[in-house]
Amino acid sequence: MTDTVSQLCTLLEPFNTNGAALSAATDISTDLNIDSVTVMDFVMEVEDHFDIEIPLNVLSETRTVADLARVVEARTGKG
Amino acid sequence: MDLLAKLEAIAQRHARMKALGGDAVGVVNEKMLSPTRALINGRETILAGTNNYMGITFDAECIAAGQKALAEYGTGTTGSRIANGSFALHKQLEAEFAAFLGRRHCIVFTTGYQANLGMMSGLAGPRDTIYLDADSHSSIYDGCTLSGAKLVRFRHNDAADLDKRLSRAEEDEGGKLVVLEGIYSMMGDRAPLADFIAVKKKHGFQLLVDEAHSFGVLGPHGRGLADEAGLEKEVDFVVGTFSKSVGAIGGFGAGDHPYFEYLRFAMRPYMFTASSSPASVATSIAAVRKLAAEPQRRKRLAENSARLFEGFRALGLELGCGEASPVVAVRCPDEPSTIAMWNALLRAGVYVNIALPPGTPNKLCLLRCSVSAAHSDADLDRIIELFGDVVAQGHGRKVANG
Repeated sequence: MTDTVSQLCTLLEPFNTNGAALSAATDISTDLNIDSVTVMDFVMEVEDHFDIEIPLNVLSETRTVADLARVVEARTGKG
Repeated sequence: MDLLAKLEAIAQRHARMKALGGDAVGVVNEKMLSPTRALINGRETILAGTNNYMGITFDAECIAAGQKALAEYGTGTTGSRIANGSFALHKQLEAEFAAFLGRRHCIVFTTGYQANLGMMSGLAGPRDTIYLDADSHSSIYDGCTLSGAKLVRFRHNDAADLDKRLSRAEEDEGGKLVVLEGIYSMMGDRAPLADFIAVKKKHGFQLLVDEAHSFGVLGPHGRGLADEAGLEKEVDFVVGTFSKSVGAIGGFGAGDHPYFEYLRFAMRPYMFTASSSPASVATSIAAVRKLAAEPQRRKRLAENSARLFEGFRALGLELGCGEASPVVAVRCPDEPSTIAMWNALLRAGVYVNIALPPGTPNKLCLLRCSVSAAHSDADLDRIIELFGDVVAQGHGRKVANG
């Protein structure tokens, strides 16, 4: 698990009310059974944690933790 | 793969709701008796979930104006403003609203939803960024999506959070639009406008305030939150609806920008839809004149809002916000208990709105009331009494705990 993925999994934990196993392959919306508003709330936490901007536009192509990690790394300059 | 198979979860959720009693999202008003009364399930019911803030829907002068327009202009316009032309009534409505708002320009839309779709997509394009409050109405989200702009969401009513996000923005030379609401439709709270305007002075963006729930309601002239706060000059664009305090259907966008009129050719939700019907336009004109001439309606609404708010607070209910507002939301424990309490209230004779996630912020389950200037003290006291019986007495907790 990369550092970004593990940080994202930690940030995702409060939203993981079903106790799903979290990994790079986790589909944020369907595996955790959370609605679109909750996904946006989670992304806001990610933005603040990494101090980056993640426009809502990228979310339509971001399904898994690995997808989101790529977005984060591209924007923190690690990608 | 059946395209509609994805609706199965929704079908199951709806079935669970109906198994608990009535259909909270499919209520039928069998007969409208007044702005605050309807027959529902054959019973006379107090309406406390209509957004009919001014209680103007049965006003005799508004009805007469609508009937006259129906006779003179016909049942419908059968076309769009751009392709098929305007009726004189549309131009008159725009002039009257511009005058009421103290703005140079006003464009009317067929619905309030389209007003937000049109304004967001007309103002911002793919090179621009829209900063929207996390609790924004769906019409704002949908308008933002239609615009193709970069979308950044900031924490609800948090000007410092907007400041942080603007500071974080990569410089891309596009325009920046910040969108706020006068009164938020679910919780009833107002945007802290002065705080946001301090951020505007620091970063320089254009500001739009959606006064859907505050137009006609707030401010010495009834123009909304910016009027109340004395900050209208700092607000670049105003959006509103005719379906609440105006008691009709339609919406508007207004502003002073010299190019404002050209938005008509840049807003697909304005260009590619039929214009509002003559009767609706005419009743809107009559209603805005009443809003201007009868400030006592606003005063009465404020008194009624305070009566319900204080009554609920005395029952110990957890409310959506800490100030009296025509939107009074009561926080409930969970979805089954909220549905059960909604049913119990309707059986006892009061209709309120049920509001469930994802339609609410922070996964809240709400029983949402909207207050009308047409509610009598007795109506409001009865609503308070029923909430005391049903909600404060732990009916919800009992259901939640099985």
